Amino acid sequence: MSTTTTPSRAPVSGTAVASRHRKPFLLDLYGTALGKKYAMAMSGIALMGFVLFHMIGNLKMYFGAADLNEYAEFLKKLLYPLAPKESVLWILRLGLLGMLALHLHAAWSLTVLNRQARPVRYQSARDYQEASLASRSMRLSGIVVVLFLAWHLLDLTFGVVNTIGADGEFVRAEVYANVVRSFERWPVALFYVVANLFLGLHLSHGAWSIFQSLGWNNPRFNSWRRAFARGFAAIVVIGNVSFPIAVTVGIVSV
Amino acid sequence: MTRKLTNLTLKVWRQSGPNDKGRFETHVIESITDEASFLEMLDVLNERLIAKGEEAVVFDHDCREGICGTCSLMINGQAHGPQRATTTCQLHMRSFKSNDTIVIEPWRAGAFPIVKDLMVDRSAFDRIVESGGFITAPTGGAPDANLIPVPKPVADAAMDSAACIGCGACVAACPNGAANLFVGAKIAHLNLLPQGQAERYKRAEAMVDTMDEHFGSCTNHGECSAACPKEISLDVIALMNKDYRSAKFKNRKELSRN
Repeated sequence: MSTTTTPSRAPVSGTAVASRHRKPFLLDLYGTALGKKYAMAMSGIALMGFVLFHMIGNLKMYFGAADLNEYAEFLKKLLYPLAPKESVLWILRLGLLGMLALHLHAAWSLTVLNRQARPVRYQSARDYQEASLASRSMRLSGIVVVLFLAWHLLDLTFGVVNTIGADGEFVRAEVYANVVRSFERWPVALFYVVANLFLGLHLSHGAWSIFQSLGWNNPRFNSWRRAFARGFAAIVVIGNVSFPIAVTVGIVSV
Repeated sequence: MTRKLTNLTLKVWRQSGPNDKGRFETHVIESITDEASFLEMLDVLNERLIAKGEEAVVFDHDCREGICGTCSLMINGQAHGPQRATTTCQLHMRSFKSNDTIVIEPWRAGAFPIVKDLMVDRSAFDRIVESGGFITAPTGGAPDANLIPVPKPVADAAMDSAACIGCGACVAACPNGAANLFVGAKIAHLNLLPQGQAERYKRAEAMVDTMDEHFGSCTNHGECSAACPKEISLDVIALMNKDYRSAKFKNRKELSRN
C-alpha cells in the first residue's frame, strides 16, 4: 500500500520565513552588505556634522585669541549648569569615536568582501567610464584623514608634537596660541592643507554616496545630490585650509 | 560607404578550463569590413583556427540582436566594448581603427567562474531570481485589460527596470564585483507595480540575501550603469536599498507576531 506524504514546506506568506538561529536584529542587519552600507552612511552623516561644526567653530580664530579660547571653554560648559562640566562634551566625543570606529569597521569588512568577490583580477587595463578620482580613492583618502586625525590630536589636544610655549609648558586651554605656534612651522601648515584636500576628496564622493546607500532617491532632488556633496566638501575644505594659510601669511598671529 | 580595417591585433584570453591559469593569445586580422559585427570578426578568427586544425575560441552568444543577454566580453577594459548602451553582438568594427590592438577578456568575478576561454558561468544570477519566488496572481477567467490601474510614470519606470537582460556587464564593470544594479533592476521591476506588492518585502529580503552570498558591495562608482547595454539607472539601487531596509523592519514585525 502506498502512502502519500505531504512535502514539508515553509508557510506561504508575504513575509520572509524566520530562520532558526537569529542574531539580535541590529547585528543581523549589520551582518549584511547593505546593512554595513547603512552603517557607513549614518556614521558618515555624524562625522560630516562634526567636520562642519569644527570648521565653523574655528572661524572664531579670525576674531582673535579671546574669542577662540572662549569658544573652547563654551564647549566644555555645554548645557552647564544643567549637566556637569564637560559631560555633554564627553558624550559627543564618545559618540563620534563610536561612529568613527563603526565607519572604519564597515569600510574594512566591505573591502574584504569586495576583494573576495573578484579573486582573479582583470589581466588587462580597465577603462573606467564613470568612476571618479574621488570614488576610486576613498580608501586612500580615508586612511590619510585618519592619520591626519592622529597627528591633529597629538598636535593640538595632547601637545606632544606641538612646540612648547614661552613658559616651557603646553597649555591646552590656550587654543589660539597653540594653533599659531603649530602653523608657524611651514611643513606642518602644508600637511594640514594637503590632508584637508584629501578630506574634501573623501567628502565629495561620500556625501553623495549617502543618498544612494540609504535609498534617499527622489526624482525632484536627484540632480542636487552631487552638487550638495561637492558644495559641502568645498565649504569644509575652504574653511579648514584658510587657517594654516592665514597663519603662514601672517593674517593670524600671536 | 563600407571601409576595410586592416592589421588588427587581437589579444584573446585563452583558458582550457575553470582551473587552468589561462593566458593571452595574439592573433592578427589582416583585413575585415567595418560592417562586420564584433562577434562576426571572432567567427572569422575561429574559421581560420579550425582550418589550421587549432581549437576555436569559446565565447557566449545567442540572439545576436542585443536582447538575450548571452554575449559578454571585456573589450579594451570595457564591458561590451567602447560603444554605450550596446551589447557585444551589436558592436561593430566601425568602432575601431586600422592597426588597433584589441584586448578581449572574459567577465571576471568570483561568482562567474570561467567555463572556457571567454565563456563564464552566470548561474549565480539564476539563484538570485529563483530566491525572489512567485507573485500571487488570480487565476481563472481572463481579466479585462487594464483591470488594475497603473499610473503611466510607474509603468514606465517598471518597464525601464524590466529591460535588464541579465548579461552581467554590471558585475563585470563594477570595481567591487557587485551585482547591485542587476538585483536592483529585478527588485524594482516587480516592486513598483501593484501586482508585485503582495510579496514585495519577502522578495526584497530574499533576493538581496542571495546576492550577498555571491557578490561584492556597492560603492556608488556608477560603472555598472555606464556599462549596462540597457542603460539601467542607479536609481534602482537606491530603491533596492530602501526596500531592503523596509523589508528587514517589516518582516521582523510580522514574524514576531507568530
